[in-house]
Amino acid sequence: MKARKEITSDLRITAAVAVALLILITVFGSVGHAKETAAISGAGASFPYPIYAAWANKYHELTGVQLNYQSIGSGGGIAQIKAKTVNFGASDEPLKKEELDKLGLIQFPMVMGGVVPVVNIKGIEKGKLKLTPPVLIKILLGEIKKWNEEPIKAINPDLTLPDQPIVVVHRSDGSGTNWIFTSYLSAVSPEWKQKVGAGKSVPWPTGIGGKGNEGVSAFVQRTDGAIGYVEFAYALQNNLVYTQLQNKAGSFVQPTIETFKSAAANANWKDAQAFYIVLVEQPGKESWPIVGATYILFYKEQPDAAAAEHALKFFAWCYDKGEEMAAKLLYIPMPKNVVDLVKANWKSDVVSKGNHLWK
Amino acid sequence: MKQAGNTRHSKGDFLFKLIAAACTAILLLVMAGIMFQLVRYSTLSLQQFGFGFLTSEAWNPVTGDYGAASSILGTLVSTAIAMLLAVPTSFFIALLLAELAPPAVSKVTGYAIELLAAIPSIIYGMWGLFVFAPFMADRVQPFLGKHLSFLPLFHGPPMGIGMLTAGIILALMILPFISAVMRDVFTMVPAVVKEAGYGVGGSTWEVTRYVTMPYGFAGILGASFLGLGRALGETMAVTFVIGNKHAISVSLFAAGNTIASTLANEFAEASEPLYVSSLVELGLILFAITLIIQIISHFWLSKIRDAVGAGL
Repeated sequence: MKARKEITSDLRITAAVAVALLILITVFGSVGHAKETAAISGAGASFPYPIYAAWANKYHELTGVQLNYQSIGSGGGIAQIKAKTVNFGASDEPLKKEELDKLGLIQFPMVMGGVVPVVNIKGIEKGKLKLTPPVLIKILLGEIKKWNEEPIKAINPDLTLPDQPIVVVHRSDGSGTNWIFTSYLSAVSPEWKQKVGAGKSVPWPTGIGGKGNEGVSAFVQRTDGAIGYVEFAYALQNNLVYTQLQNKAGSFVQPTIETFKSAAANANWKDAQAFYIVLVEQPGKESWPIVGATYILFYKEQPDAAAAEHALKFFAWCYDKGEEMAAKLLYIPMPKNVVDLVKANWKSDVVSKGNHLWK
Repeated sequence: MKQAGNTRHSKGDFLFKLIAAACTAILLLVMAGIMFQLVRYSTLSLQQFGFGFLTSEAWNPVTGDYGAASSILGTLVSTAIAMLLAVPTSFFIALLLAELAPPAVSKVTGYAIELLAAIPSIIYGMWGLFVFAPFMADRVQPFLGKHLSFLPLFHGPPMGIGMLTAGIILALMILPFISAVMRDVFTMVPAVVKEAGYGVGGSTWEVTRYVTMPYGFAGILGASFLGLGRALGETMAVTFVIGNKHAISVSLFAAGNTIASTLANEFAEASEPLYVSSLVELGLILFAITLIIQIISHFWLSKIRDAVGAGL
């Protein structure tokens, strides 16, 4: 009898606790909900995801506006903006002006990154090996097979290069990094352009494919005599041995934030249609030759004025206040002159029911 | 009174049947839906390449020329390696757990196997890339290259990744599934039957060979096909260690690809309609391969069951 009583009281307590929890959840849930005044949604490229996430976090703290960014890849981003399921799309590969016009979209560059060749050769340290475009192309086409062949030795007279086969490592997954790198190779070599071409996935003539930056860097670090390419941030964080490259002006440059910035500043943004610039092989003595911007896709005619305004305000904040955060994550912020062009573009093109949204 | 009770009874039965049918219908609808969408979205590629898609080794997203030959072959070869390694090993593991080991040992090992089955495939992939591939490059591949070099299967530089490594990783991944099911099959053989075997003077091996195996033959094959299905569609772990090259090579040391790894690599960034369509067609082919293997296995199963397990 007593035991049964205890059980009933236990039951009562459990029920009371459950009810209390339910009330708590409801109350706090609705509070949390009330604070969520506005949300912007975006989808696309994975390359800028770390900086978008960092910006979104900080911006949410400051203004309460929330950004949901799904880093599903540029292809997915373009598909989602076409289907109008997100406020903006993001792509590492800019779209051509004709395609943008057909869809009623504008695009603008948000942030830049650099791609660097990395090697694993015994006795060769960071930034020591020099490469010229013709030598790099011959290596990647499989025509130069060993590190001590004459063309490489000729440009590196003070290095001792081993009699070792070269193993080319490339990205196996479709990626913005691939697009930037193969755009560079196509820009410097008609032979590459004709035989292989530029794209997010290309038919590599030789070598093995690693998935993602982590796959490429693992194979390069593991394999004696390997050469690959990764995003600059990834090379620094993982202590990979990057090389020098000869730029368009003919000088050998090291990959640094400064040489990336120089490339971006020397590019001719003003005459580019819809900011379509492949940022490789830009002029300037100090310019790193393999840099790429990542883009935002946005509708000219916005159905939801409030959401569009929130989005534009967020982008403007990223341009104006987000530079330091970008640099910390080794992204290159857009130069001031480009930002002004972008804002002018918003002002003239983005409307909602006839009202210009950016003033 | 009695009648009322009956009606209630049949009403309950009807409802029960309805729920069961609805659940099954979901399954069939999903299957039909997947099939329909795969065909729909691969139409473009089907029209463009026709049957040539199956035999072409080309894969060039830049010029828009696609073929599935290397992916199909890679899928079949990596799965075959995995099955060759995993099925016999699983058989012995299951046999030990069910027949030979003391109960305490088999209990602990049983938990370990179930734990292994729960490891996400990305973990196997990362482990394969950072730990197992170097081991293959330093130890296994040089050894095979040296002693079995008369076989073209083991030619080429020991890079640690490639078809063989992918097959072994796959074997490790399907091992727990196959051995867990086989163990259950062995333990379900009635004790009375086995005791009869021992009673006429059979050794452990003889009882296993002539009593347990025929009795559980359908189950053993079923377990193997479970592993096969998983190996065919495994994505992440394979992508990390197979080398991802759209090429056919005789050597198992060479880099290759599978249907699933190609999809994992390229689907996210594909934007050209023909490119996407070709990738979806790869999915359709994987679907078809799995279906064909299922059909063959069931057909084969019933034939063999009649031949082998008839008496029991």
